[in-house]
Amino acid sequence: MSVSTIELVVTAISMLMATAALAPFINLKRPFLLNLTFYIPAIACVIALAGGIGALYSPEQTLVIPMGLPDLPFNLRLDGLSGFFIITIAGLGAIVSIYSAGYMQSYIGKRSLASFVVFYNLFLAGMLMVTVADDAFFFLISWEVMAISSFFLVAFEDENAANRKAALLYVVVAHVGAMLILLSFGIIAGYTSGFDDFSGYTFEAMRKSSLPLPLATAAFFLAFTGFAAKAGVVPLHVWLPEAHPAAPSNVSALMSGVMLKTAIYGIIRVTFDIIHIQQWWWGGVVLALGLVSAIYGVLFAYMENDVKRLLAYSSVDNIGIILIGLGLSMMFTSFSNPLLASLALTASLLHVINHAMFKGLLFMGAGAIVHATHEKDMEKMGGLIHKMPATAAFFLAGCMAISSLPPLNGFVSEWLTFQAFLMSTSFPNRVLNLLIPLGAALMALTAALTAATFVKVYGVVFLGHPRTQHAREPHDPGFTMKLGMGLATSACVLMGVFPTVVIEALGGVTASLTGASIETEPHPYHWLWLVPLNANRASYSAPIVLLGMVVFVGGAYFLLNMRPRNTRKAPLWDCGFEKMTSRMQYSSSSFAMPIRRILGFVFNIREVTRPPQSGLVRAHIQNITYRLRIRDRVWNMAYQPVADASFWVARQAGKLQHGRIQIYILYSFATIITLLLLL
Amino acid sequence: MMTAELAARINSILASLILLTAFGLLVQRRIYAMLNIFAWQGLFLSISTALVGYVSNLQHLYVSAFLTLTLKVFVLPYILYYLIVKLNIWREVEEIVNIPSTMLIGILLVILSYHVTTPIREMSVLMTRSTLAVALSTVMLGMLVMIVRKKAVTQIIGFLAMENGLFFAATSATYGMPMVVELGVALDILIAAFIFGIFFFQIRTTFDSLDLGEMEKLKEHD
Repeated sequence: MSVSTIELVVTAISMLMATAALAPFINLKRPFLLNLTFYIPAIACVIALAGGIGALYSPEQTLVIPMGLPDLPFNLRLDGLSGFFIITIAGLGAIVSIYSAGYMQSYIGKRSLASFVVFYNLFLAGMLMVTVADDAFFFLISWEVMAISSFFLVAFEDENAANRKAALLYVVVAHVGAMLILLSFGIIAGYTSGFDDFSGYTFEAMRKSSLPLPLATAAFFLAFTGFAAKAGVVPLHVWLPEAHPAAPSNVSALMSGVMLKTAIYGIIRVTFDIIHIQQWWWGGVVLALGLVSAIYGVLFAYMENDVKRLLAYSSVDNIGIILIGLGLSMMFTSFSNPLLASLALTASLLHVINHAMFKGLLFMGAGAIVHATHEKDMEKMGGLIHKMPATAAFFLAGCMAISSLPPLNGFVSEWLTFQAFLMSTSFPNRVLNLLIPLGAALMALTAALTAATFVKVYGVVFLGHPRTQHAREPHDPGFTMKLGMGLATSACVLMGVFPTVVIEALGGVTASLTGASIETEPHPYHWLWLVPLNANRASYSAPIVLLGMVVFVGGAYFLLNMRPRNTRKAPLWDCGFEKMTSRMQYSSSSFAMPIRRILGFVFNIREVTRPPQSGLVRAHIQNITYRLRIRDRVWNMAYQPVADASFWVARQAGKLQHGRIQIYILYSFATIITLLLLL
Repeated sequence: MMTAELAARINSILASLILLTAFGLLVQRRIYAMLNIFAWQGLFLSISTALVGYVSNLQHLYVSAFLTLTLKVFVLPYILYYLIVKLNIWREVEEIVNIPSTMLIGILLVILSYHVTTPIREMSVLMTRSTLAVALSTVMLGMLVMIVRKKAVTQIIGFLAMENGLFFAATSATYGMPMVVELGVALDILIAAFIFGIFFFQIRTTFDSLDLGEMEKLKEHD
């Protein structure tokens, strides 16, 4: 091949940049041209995808672009890890771009689309740049391009004050994170080359230096906290449930599906590649935070009634699962058990791409629903399966994947993470061996609650009867939106049925990072059977599971429908009481009530039930007001004090401001006198 | 032919006169009288500059002296006088601190100036070095005027007095600044005076008064 893989990626980035630069000059009110501005990024993503796949199977490549500051050129490097994340980003990027072409049509004539197209392309370019950056300078520039452009995408519908507030919260958290990452790179580069020259700013130089333990610990925790802010790890997750409902759904799909993963990429790059893991408790911290995020995210997702907020909390949960795999891998690495480390890392990486696909699918589905019903509140939906059969089918696939049901892709990665957990009784530390099963149990609880959450989502949104007028007249979205969702669905199914293909492709990545890869012993039917370590211990074959399911379900269907019967359609469960209304169905809140009662202490709940105001007979109650408000405790515990403190400081500083010119002159006068006396 | 000794003595007398006028600005209640005192300060400054130019044989100081004479003795007082007539603000100047206290603070500032300029006086070899403390005092007294007075016009006079002090410091400490700088400063002062004039009208139309206390209303309240 005459074009190297890194050149493919650079070409893709340049195409995205060029589209962003040209978009303001294009008349985006014409549907064809608007489509074009999304098909070009889709093509660019396909090119990048080719580069990423190529990178998995070829040696690493570097490229120096003489841009940026004098003597500080941009260093680019494409290795297996970057390649894998490029596949994730570009894969979902291409799908979402196709979807966007249809999704954004509805905005024509309502608001200017130029800014959206510019920042959408920049956003994709920024994410790709992050993965190929090979020096701290270019990495942070890419990181900022990504953060700022996504800020503008979140703030796209900025006439709404809540959207502006959400975008602002997001940009604040993102920048606190970026600052910590900068400090971390500063420590590493400063130790590598001293603060007098900048030769230590490349990752290549950083890799070669071995930091002393205190510095390495500081660098690790700074970087981890910075990336965790972006990834939405509890307690830095507060921006996620605010930003996602504010952003257009295609942006949510990209942000949740792949932007959070760039943070995971950053963590892997820094810990495994640059500073190397030195202490097992680093991994322990990552593992613990992963568990907290997983359980916390899913509990709040379960309570949520806004479909996009629910998906956002579910992203917190899934990031937690990814971190569990990462943490385990770090612990195994520090206990020098490369085989198990690679198992955990494989599980983690696999969940990265799986979550990208199914969460992208779910957000696209949510976009189609919101688009059709003009509602985000699930309590106002219902019965959509009749009006939107295609969306319902795709959304069901997404729900099954995220609930980790075989044979879809979510199952494989969660199953592998469990395998990694169950193998970890081999830690040379008694307390750890005691605590690890507890973690596995927590993760199992998370998986169950996730399934319950998505049963709730699907049941409330698609099944039953419409709850409001809006929900009565929706329709399936256009072809491009269905195509986008369909592509994501097929990715979920294919990766679920043939996980071994993905895992074997990951072999090179884990081998370079942990020194080993699972699938060490060549298996005769290795495409069929997924054997993490030992066939006696555990193995899984998705194709056979699928076959079994098809046979069983098909057989049952055949048996039931063998002879023609009279089918009678009647209201369900009306128990002879013939006035069933749509308000009598299970609602989102009522479905979540048992958990709300049992685990109420986790939440900050305020529940008000008010009997009717008028003095009617109690037996003949016409209407009852019921209000439920669930708040994030983290907000009150961690963020509110900071906000209050900064307001207090501002008020104290405000006392200096009298608004009298004389007082201001007096300040400078006093300063001059003081300086004269002191100097 | 005037000896350097004599010139230094005359310069000291001029310096003390400048200091006196600075105190005069501080205590004078009526705006019109303040303008007069300000003009006198300009005159002393101009003579002093010319004297230094003559002794040190630096031609460009004559230009400075001439500029000072024109601007600070005639043009600026006239502009301010015009403003006062136009805006009809002959009233007595209100002060925030009473006059005796202001005087005391002023004296303390002069002592402070002498104290802080001691090291420079010891280092310098120029004949005018002893006047540096006076120059610094004039700057500080000008600032004090700005602090204790309430009316906008008196603020401007205080500001211009400060500028006088700086100019005096420049001639006394280093025999003047380069010509370009001095021309620039002179122009700045002129433009500042015009801008102040415009602002006065604006402030008065907005607040119906030239009392700066009114501007407190601009502060945001929470």
